[in-house]
Amino acid sequence: MTVTEDSASPEQQTGDDTTGVDSAAAPSEIAAAGAGSTETVPADFGPEPEDDGSGQLHLLPRRGAVLRMSEVQAAADIDGPLIGGENDQTMLVNMGPVHPSTHGVLRLMLELDGETVLRSKPIIGYLHTGMEKTAESLTFLQGPTNVTRMDYASPFFNELVFSMATEQLLGLEVPPRAVWIRMLMCELNRISSHLLSMATGGMDIGAVSMMIYGWREREVVLRFFQKVTGLRMNHNYIRPGGVAADLPDGWRRDVLDLMDLLPPRLEEYDILMTGQPIWRDRLQGVGVISQAEAVALSATGPILRSTGISWDLRRDMPYLAYDEVDFDVLVGSYGDAFDRYAIRLNEIRESIRIVRQIVERMPSGDYRSADTKVTPPPRARIDESMEALIHHFKIFTEGFKVPEGEVYVAVESPRGELGCYLVSDGGPKPYRMHIRGPSFVNLQTMPHMMDEGFLADAVAVIASVDPVLGEVDR
Amino acid sequence: MTDTAAENEAEAPEPEPEPETAYGALVSWSRGQRVIHPTREEWLATAKALLADGWNMCVDVTAVDYLTHHADRDLPAGVEPERFEVVASFVSHLRRERLRARVQVPASDPSIASLYVIYPGTDFLEREVYDLVGITFVGHPDLSRILMPETWEGHPLRKDFGIGAIPVQFKAPSANTHR
Repeated sequence: MTVTEDSASPEQQTGDDTTGVDSAAAPSEIAAAGAGSTETVPADFGPEPEDDGSGQLHLLPRRGAVLRMSEVQAAADIDGPLIGGENDQTMLVNMGPVHPSTHGVLRLMLELDGETVLRSKPIIGYLHTGMEKTAESLTFLQGPTNVTRMDYASPFFNELVFSMATEQLLGLEVPPRAVWIRMLMCELNRISSHLLSMATGGMDIGAVSMMIYGWREREVVLRFFQKVTGLRMNHNYIRPGGVAADLPDGWRRDVLDLMDLLPPRLEEYDILMTGQPIWRDRLQGVGVISQAEAVALSATGPILRSTGISWDLRRDMPYLAYDEVDFDVLVGSYGDAFDRYAIRLNEIRESIRIVRQIVERMPSGDYRSADTKVTPPPRARIDESMEALIHHFKIFTEGFKVPEGEVYVAVESPRGELGCYLVSDGGPKPYRMHIRGPSFVNLQTMPHMMDEGFLADAVAVIASVDPVLGEVDR
Repeated sequence: MTDTAAENEAEAPEPEPEPETAYGALVSWSRGQRVIHPTREEWLATAKALLADGWNMCVDVTAVDYLTHHADRDLPAGVEPERFEVVASFVSHLRRERLRARVQVPASDPSIASLYVIYPGTDFLEREVYDLVGITFVGHPDLSRILMPETWEGHPLRKDFGIGAIPVQFKAPSANTHR
């Protein structure tokens, strides 16, 4: 049997499926998807669009490594010609969604020839809870409780981007102390997030003791978060208008102790991993991605920087007060898993540098905006003033109204560009909130990185992309 | 707090007799951010022009269902509001600038050209919009559901998709789950 004959029938089948499930799909599109069966494309969703060189598609030489196959088709065609064609040595294997090295609930559909990955497809959605829809029924003040649960390894960034978008719609200026507190918490969060990435990534590759070291150091940072916000994760600390509470007494000592504790530990990591021949062999030259590929795939964060492109929103489109602190943007040169590991490790060092400057220069003053429209009255006022009590009640039941408009705000999260597109219709709840999750977009690079690599290297690739599935699925 | 690049230009726009245009599309300003409003028919051509002009990364594609939005939508004169709006954000690494495009998509035919060939990074983003808002991207190589189960019916982020009123469409529990 030839590939041509057999690829026609599943294609037809998929076309029918689409019609049944989604009545809104334009008929022309279904026809287009069903019509193009060629020998070169055994996938079922229609042909890869023709590349006339006018776009960035020609920058992706390995796009044949992207497996395009539905679940139904994979199940129906498990021994059929779509997988591997005439070469019956290939098979389709599922990795995840409960595999320990898939960082949560990522599932990969892998087409394997022996141990070599031919094509792959990340399958997501196992953690999808409709948080963008949920946001439409929460007030702007309740919003941070929702978004903070997206990227649970770096919750402050989610709160920050949502609050900044809300403030931009309100035209609200945040007092300097709030800005610097936000920066402090975000940089500490970047440290804890990268430590977690080192820990899980280390275990994936086989450096099992790194698992314990990474969590140990992260725990110290989380203990400080708990002292400030009351919670280790999902803080709801950064809110529209400022932060929820001022820093506790003795915070300077705590932070400086932390900053003294970490550098020697990072040296230990260098001994344990960076210089180890086994570690280098497992990561160097694995999961390589070129500059052009990274840009074409909209990759951001350490993946983009590992290719040598120096792009960090903190420096290139400064927000908060990042234009007032000194730090370096780290770039790699090979775009491999080792570069991404090294960038994360050294970003911890840069964050320590930033945190030290913040501790030195933390301004005094209000920790939240004095605008009574968004800020509830102080607790003491409620006891003595009826108006303050009513005002307090109104803010927490009805919320504050945000002028109509739409805005896109982005920050540099540990994983890349975290964006928030916020639309308001003038009411107290967002009309639409969309989060551009860096993990979600970065997942697209995986099939390209895994192309022609070993299955064991696929694990190294996942670890080096460092996706947080809470943010991928939202 | 605003984008630096946009900040400099944000001061400029005063009501002018000539409507401001860029890349053959009308321009509006939203909180200091530049927004272009290409038509659905020109979408692909606009994207090509953007790429040629150095907007080297399409960072975000999303869509909004304006069904129950009754306030001012901030559209420049000459742009006919429709139910759906596809919103894409572009970045120029060289100029360190951001640009947003808002394209009106009618409810009668919720489809638009896919940017996959121009910006392949829109692959997952367009699948997400298709899945959650139900907009068809013509020319996308794999327009399938990405977050919802493959067999899901409806598009949850549409405003006429109720919350809390749908039976769970997942598999029924087996006999010994709730004994």
